[in-house]
Amino acid sequence: MIDMILLYDFVLIAQKAGLIVTVFAITLGVAAYSTYGERKIAAFMQDRLGPSNAGPWGLLQPIADGVKMFTKEDFIPNQSERWLYILAPGAFIFVALMTSAVIPWGTTLTLGGLNMDLQVTNINIGILYIMGFVSLGVYGIMLGGWASNNKYSLYGAIRASSQMISYELAMGLALIAVIMLSGSLSLRTIVEQQTGFGWNVLYQPLGFILFFVCALAECNRAPFDMAECETELIGGYHTEYSSMKLGFFLFAEYINMFISCTVISCLYFGGYNFPGVDPGWLGGLMGPIVLFAKIFFFIFVFMWIRWTLPRFRYDQLMHLGWKSLIPLAILNMLLTGLGVLLWGK
Amino acid sequence: MTLYIFLTLAVISLITALLMVLSRNPVHSVLFLILTFFTLAGQYILLNAQFLAVVHIIVYAGAIMVLFLFVLMLLNLSRDTEPQKSNLWKLSGAIASGLLLVTLVGAMRGGIALQIPEAENPGVGLVENLGKVLFTDFVVPFEIAGILFLAAMVGAVLVGKRDLKI
Repeated sequence: MIDMILLYDFVLIAQKAGLIVTVFAITLGVAAYSTYGERKIAAFMQDRLGPSNAGPWGLLQPIADGVKMFTKEDFIPNQSERWLYILAPGAFIFVALMTSAVIPWGTTLTLGGLNMDLQVTNINIGILYIMGFVSLGVYGIMLGGWASNNKYSLYGAIRASSQMISYELAMGLALIAVIMLSGSLSLRTIVEQQTGFGWNVLYQPLGFILFFVCALAECNRAPFDMAECETELIGGYHTEYSSMKLGFFLFAEYINMFISCTVISCLYFGGYNFPGVDPGWLGGLMGPIVLFAKIFFFIFVFMWIRWTLPRFRYDQLMHLGWKSLIPLAILNMLLTGLGVLLWGK
Repeated sequence: MTLYIFLTLAVISLITALLMVLSRNPVHSVLFLILTFFTLAGQYILLNAQFLAVVHIIVYAGAIMVLFLFVLMLLNLSRDTEPQKSNLWKLSGAIASGLLLVTLVGAMRGGIALQIPEAENPGVGLVENLGKVLFTDFVVPFEIAGILFLAAMVGAVLVGKRDLKI
């Protein structure tokens, strides 16, 4: 009996470990190929070819970039806070990678008679866990910018952190409306309630737009890429960084974008649900396929926006955040509350 | 198992709290305090209070400490420009905190038996139960706390408005 329990535990731990490693690998892979996608989409929009030399259609470009990053000189400025300078990129990428733990990638995967839950952990405060790690993301930027001991880095860090703090508020308020509808903080429950075509975006159009804008700002993506606007701040908070430390910063931004797109898909677009498609098809693989299709679509939209819209000015950004988004989010919250009160969920 | 996790977390939180007080650089102090908050969040999770743990991280580590760090970076205190306190100040600070310690130890010795209501109900710290308790048994203190926050917000806006004509 005890052996059976031990065996069961062992299988569970092995499954979870496998899932964690897979999610980790996929996250890094998607982030790496987002850089390729970004350059290809930018090239398409500007009527260029984009990366084309490394491999067929330039498909090996991310690997070439990675090798380049690793072999560059690793430079630490003399006047920097040495340990914090080294810690910052690591902290940033660590926080970015941790968020994927609560995302439900699918229902259950049936592999050789074994059922496997496609979620690393189903804690009942899943969405707050993500918000918690998003709010920690600012430390990597702040420490990196401050420890470099360069005024442009410090400006970039301060801009980035005040931007992230401001937009977190509107993001949280937009999120409350979704939580009111679903009555749960667990991402799994929120996704399960959107089976078929009961997507939250139909009930929360304003909330979705608010969340989307805030996600753009949280990822420091254009048109909100104040933190590193090249024309004013050289490179922003990572001006002094080189080699793979710079790589970590850039990489973590792409990971953040991937996770943001995943969260948007899960909260507003039904996650692994699609009308007429059972997420249990193909032994459970259909769920992740549907989810990833949505994620890639949103990553494309993020890039589309970046190469279409010009950058905001800094005061415009703060006005938008505090004077438009937050009042709208409060209004959205009140309307949702009224709707839930009148018509139920 | 739980005991070992508790002890590990407790030791780490004590060490980081001490380092927070003892380190010369204020930015390092803030970072050590953040580590302390993480160990405290771990203690909350051990007590089945997941919601409290996450809110603790969001509010303290994610918001308040960011603002602290913000101010410190803007002031950019370095050893040369930092105003050095005189020995009298240091002595009075030590005496005051020593008295606080004596009071705390005395209160603890009087025996506050902290009842931790768990064991039979593992869901005690979950959001549903916390919400129910907050909006039934403790609704008056909860609302008063809300009004307090509102007043603080209005005050902050008033202070922040430079060209205010009353």
